[in-house]
Amino acid sequence: MSQDELLHEVTASEYKYGFYSDVETDRIAAGLSEDVIRMISAKKGEPEWMTDWRLDAYRVWKEMTEPEWANVHYEKPDFQAISYYAAPVKKQINSLDELDPELLKTFEKLGISLDEQKRLSGVAMDVVVDSVSVATTFKKTLAEKGIIFCSMSEAIQEHPEMVKKYLGTVVPKSDNFYAALNSAVFTDGSFCYIPKGVRCPMELSTYFRINEAGTGQFERTLLVADEDSYVSYLEGCTAPQRDENQLHAAVVELVALDRAEIKYSTVQNWYPGDSEGKGGVYNFVTKRGICESHAKISWTQVETGSAVTWKYPSCILKGDHSVGEFYSVAVTNHRQQADTGTKMIHLGRHTKSTIISKGISAGRSHNTYRGLVRMGPRAEHARNFSQCDSLLMGDRCGAHTFPYIEVKNATARTEHEATTSKIGEDQIFYCQQRGLDMEAAIALIINGYAKDVLNQLPMEFAVEAQKLLAISLEGSVG
Amino acid sequence: MLEIKNLHASIGDKEILRGVNLTVKPGEVHAIMGPNGSGKSTLSSVIAGREDYEVTSGDILWDGQSILELAPEQRAHLGLFLSFQYPVEIPGVSVSNFVKTALNAVRTARGEEPLDASAMLKKMREALQLLEMDKGFLSRSLNEGFSGGEKKRNEIFQMAMLEPRLAILDETDSGLDIDALRIVAQGVNGLRSPKASFVVITHYQRLLDYIVPDVVHVLYKGRIVKTGDKTLAQDLEVRGYDWIKKEVE
Repeated sequence: MSQDELLHEVTASEYKYGFYSDVETDRIAAGLSEDVIRMISAKKGEPEWMTDWRLDAYRVWKEMTEPEWANVHYEKPDFQAISYYAAPVKKQINSLDELDPELLKTFEKLGISLDEQKRLSGVAMDVVVDSVSVATTFKKTLAEKGIIFCSMSEAIQEHPEMVKKYLGTVVPKSDNFYAALNSAVFTDGSFCYIPKGVRCPMELSTYFRINEAGTGQFERTLLVADEDSYVSYLEGCTAPQRDENQLHAAVVELVALDRAEIKYSTVQNWYPGDSEGKGGVYNFVTKRGICESHAKISWTQVETGSAVTWKYPSCILKGDHSVGEFYSVAVTNHRQQADTGTKMIHLGRHTKSTIISKGISAGRSHNTYRGLVRMGPRAEHARNFSQCDSLLMGDRCGAHTFPYIEVKNATARTEHEATTSKIGEDQIFYCQQRGLDMEAAIALIINGYAKDVLNQLPMEFAVEAQKLLAISLEGSVG
Repeated sequence: MLEIKNLHASIGDKEILRGVNLTVKPGEVHAIMGPNGSGKSTLSSVIAGREDYEVTSGDILWDGQSILELAPEQRAHLGLFLSFQYPVEIPGVSVSNFVKTALNAVRTARGEEPLDASAMLKKMREALQLLEMDKGFLSRSLNEGFSGGEKKRNEIFQMAMLEPRLAILDETDSGLDIDALRIVAQGVNGLRSPKASFVVITHYQRLLDYIVPDVVHVLYKGRIVKTGDKTLAQDLEVRGYDWIKKEVE
């Protein structure tokens, strides 16, 4: 096969989650104003403090301008053309049997049967479709340990003191344009609290899906791990195939109190647009965690989807001896653009961070790593190790690396390593000679390249992620 | 089983093979010798199906069927194996994972069941033993940081796993010390059978002391210019290639 034929095959590979579920939906008219925010808040029956919190965020947002510093180019969303609330009509679900059958079908197509999840894998799952959380499994088992795992709406009703205490403490309303927008209009998301000394016995998982056209998804996740606790959390995302761009502006806040550990893994597969760059999800997400003393937060992400990604899962290493980790594989193909990386803010003494970023670019895509390592004046003996590798497939894509390093303490140490390579025809031929076809060869090489990151994922998701990497890059060789 | 007929192949505008004829029968070991730049490595690449080369005329038959239109992996599925002169590194992929994936790909293509874990491990142990390699080798990243000798042993290890019907050894002896050479030869000899054929490409007689060929060919300027038995290789060792060059020109 010639290179041109191969590159053509790239453009021929399709998004496998592009279906739309015909579920009756309650949605409000497009547009954003204080009234709309009041309406969302009222629809959700929220207390007044929450409504005020949102309005405050909205006022901050109105004064802000969209950031333009990222290495991505796109037509800016018309924020008045988006419907900020869409929910499957059937509500008040007490068991899975009561779910809309169309929705259940959706989950089957996604390869997740909630029932099966429940029985086999021991994964507790929260599912957010468009704006609303539709099912949370395993609640009882978790409750026995005192773990709270529920939708954000429910948390606002049932655990207002906790939401009040932590919401917006890691990502303030005024943090950035999209975080402010999210604070104003977020409609659901997951809330999780792990009590002191509890080791969460199963993976917690949220599955996000944008279903309706012309809606945005603004979910808000808040995860609090109390002292000496441990939790592993996974989120997955897909969206139907649509010609227009959909906006996803989420905020995730993690709080790891003294000696707590949070492992947060993401498999992001939002619709990336077609081969010409039409449609696809704009993924503008703010994720940040704060570590108290001896706490640890580990972000692992496998990013294969979205037309435009703007995302920097970060750690504020506030407590002494706290640890931050960031493991990322970002794949871009066709016309996808990703500007992603992390920020490690070392405030405490003896804090430690590790960054492993593996970018893979194919087609005409652009893949940017942007990372900040900051050693504050108090960060005695803080240490960072960063490794940013880029892999190019074909000669029409781009890889870019922007590492920022600021050190204000003379005892702090940082190391940065970076490599750029191409998948060699030699490597592919070698695999083919041993009997692997082109796709299998690429999958093998890519998985080897990304191994350090994939190894960080919970077992059952690592396999899924490997497949996803292979699908995303089907046929892309140069 | 392998029949090469008047094969012409070029890379870009440059013709490298200019009418190669070669017939290898089951169980035979053929040696192809020749000075640098005579087209030895090109010949092995073309047989294996590397796309950089264009076959301009002639044919390659496998059991009487042309394989020119087959992709490299389809040729591998038939039972063709190439031991590379310069094996590539594939970071992050362990030797065992690679060999397992390859063997199961070949088996699946032939309509056979993939080997289960224990059968696979057993087979790997046997192959390791043949090549005097220890188990730690399996978990190393493919060819990454391997010495020259380890790379070549790894090639023969894979050959032992895949059990090809025809193996081409492309300068497997280059960069080997005498002990490694002995082990590699021992590996190859252990795989000789009435069904398995070998084409051994080499510069030197040395390897042929260990792997004794049935037929020796001299490739020069893209053609096989002389064919003989193992004594031809010994002659070349003593006299060099100049007399052959003179004979041809």
